[in-house]
Amino acid sequence: MLRDAVLVAGKDLRIEVRSRVGLNQIGPFAIAVLLLFGLALGPDRRVLAPASAGLFWVAVLLSTILTVQRSYAIESADAARDGLRLSGLDPAGIFLGKASAVAAQLLVLEAALTIGVALLYGARLSGALVLVGACVAGTLGLAAVGTLYGVVASGLRVRETLLPLLFLPVVAPVLLAATKAWDEALAGTPGRAGGWLDVLVVFAVLYVAIGIVAFGPLLEDG
Amino acid sequence: MSTPPRAVQSGRAAVAVALRVLGVTALVGVAATVWLGLFVTPPDEFMGNLVRLLYVHPPMAWVAFLAYGVASLASLLYLWPRTRAERFDRLAGASAEVGVVFTGLTLVSGSIWGRPTWGAWWVWDPLLTTTALLFVLYLGYLALRRVPGELHVRARRSAIAALIAFIDVPIVYLSVEWWRSLHQAPTVLNPTTQKTYVHGSMAWTLLLGFASFTLVYIWLTAHRYRLAELQDLEDTEGLEAALAERRAEAVAG
Amino acid sequence: MPPAVRLHEAVALAGRFPLLAGACLEVGEGEVVHLRGPNGAGKTSLLKVLAGLLAVHSGEATVLGWDLMADQRAVRREVGMLGHQSFLYEDLTVEENLRFALRATRSAVTGIRPALEQFGFGGRLASIPVRRCSAGQQRRASLAVLVARGARLWLLDEPHAGLDQDGRDLLDELLAGSRAAGRTVVFASHELERATAIADRTVHLAGGRVVEPPGHADKLERAGTSEPVRKAPAHVA
Repeated sequence: MLRDAVLVAGKDLRIEVRSRVGLNQIGPFAIAVLLLFGLALGPDRRVLAPASAGLFWVAVLLSTILTVQRSYAIESADAARDGLRLSGLDPAGIFLGKASAVAAQLLVLEAALTIGVALLYGARLSGALVLVGACVAGTLGLAAVGTLYGVVASGLRVRETLLPLLFLPVVAPVLLAATKAWDEALAGTPGRAGGWLDVLVVFAVLYVAIGIVAFGPLLEDG
Repeated sequence: MSTPPRAVQSGRAAVAVALRVLGVTALVGVAATVWLGLFVTPPDEFMGNLVRLLYVHPPMAWVAFLAYGVASLASLLYLWPRTRAERFDRLAGASAEVGVVFTGLTLVSGSIWGRPTWGAWWVWDPLLTTTALLFVLYLGYLALRRVPGELHVRARRSAIAALIAFIDVPIVYLSVEWWRSLHQAPTVLNPTTQKTYVHGSMAWTLLLGFASFTLVYIWLTAHRYRLAELQDLEDTEGLEAALAERRAEAVAG
Repeated sequence: MPPAVRLHEAVALAGRFPLLAGACLEVGEGEVVHLRGPNGAGKTSLLKVLAGLLAVHSGEATVLGWDLMADQRAVRREVGMLGHQSFLYEDLTVEENLRFALRATRSAVTGIRPALEQFGFGGRLASIPVRRCSAGQQRRASLAVLVARGARLWLLDEPHAGLDQDGRDLLDELLAGSRAAGRTVVFASHELERATAIADRTVHLAGGRVVEPPGHADKLERAGTSEPVRKAPAHVA
């Protein structure tokens, strides 16, 4: 299973490095979202700075949807399921591989967005350990749920619209917990973020476990 | 379509009669609740006439949660190989549909009650927020169910989606509750801690409300279930015709 | 020796539409079988059933000793499918695609070089992204994957389509050598002359079933293709 996961993750990341869709499209999209939030809330930094954490994570959530869609688009277009099923790979391995590739791309994106909120909203970065911890745990949870629903939606004619509807309500706890953890860190009280990090870790572990079990049956459908 | 055997026909007739009786009872119960709630029970000493909404609001919320519970249980039974049966898939779908309707009613009635009580149509109370998220969560589930596909394929992916959603509910609730408690305490009255003197007739009315809304739930779910059953039946009976038609292509071609 | 493929009254569905309406077929080990029939007769569906991609709704289906009704997945490592899609990753090179496919099926990666050279990817061509290869080259790359994987059952859907002359000759050579190499081949093709020349046997499909070869096959076939083609419902679940 792990061997297949490494194989799939390696393949996905290699394709992303070469095609640069993440760099050329998803990255700029996320930055556009940050700019639009700025326009919506006005130029006042006293308004923007306290909202940075929440806006950052909403931008990450939206980018996750695009990254997951891209992750299934590279599986030779419409034959996505057939190709993966014929490959002879272990389904749990495919899930872990795809989820980690999605997570790796999101983490790179989050690094860029962090600089973005510091520059645009005047957020003062502090509590680096909590910031990074929340990113890692939160992103794993997002990638797991996204990859799981991604395979449900792949191959359906309504995939573009169905994926966000299924994905966003389920990851509400990630948005909440990651935002609070970041709030504490940015406010200079990273010690109080511990519980929120726990929520993120529990969420990630739970949905990675579900994914390992459920991905196979979902891939077989259709 | 072939005519079903007599025993099946009389069985169906009995079910139809039972459903009709159930429906009438449920509607009479709801009507009685409304009548008692509006005209018989006294106004509350703190909430005044607003208390009358409380005869329908908690029963609606109860039905919504009951419906999701039944849908999740049915999904689990469908996924469990030893209990896998199409009836659990139909039950999950029927129950979730009724659940979504009652979640909507709960949110609307809660909002109407909240406006004069809390001074706002909406507050970010943990229960309220969780209910609202449940609403969209299960709308997504129903949207997925509506995607056409082969019977068992659709059933399996829906069941998995239902469980993914169900597992999320406690995490959502706990994190929202915690999120709120870290803020300053809500300045509005918390309905659960508010001491309301419950008059005898009020308690009976509330109880009747719970009972009759539960009957409404069973009645609606049974109807949705029967509809789903007929649709599936049409599919399977259609299969014979479709096969014959498909085979005939060989001769025609 | 048990047959490599055995279908009995196999029914496969897309939604409510029967793609296969009770197909019976037996293919012996090492046989090369040509599937023939008008568009929409169920050729592609039959191949997908044999690959373990399309579920058998009712009937019996055994492929390479695996009962497809019990387990659809196990057979996939041993079959190689060449469909309308190439199943190649456009942004990877031919060599990387081959390496991924081999490692996925846990085959030895030592087969890469010879396979590349056999299919004319000896030089620089092996290291350019598949996206920049011509359609014929992509087709050949897919064939290289089949050979390198050492699949025991080849399922080919219109394998001649999109191949250049050299590629066609290479493919025919491969198919001719199938029995010696111990592999079974089932392929669908509209190129009747070529197909009849290389196949051990021709099986006729119509209306989702295997039918007796019609007495005046050519006339029927012409009539068949001029019929409005019956399509499966557009949704793919």
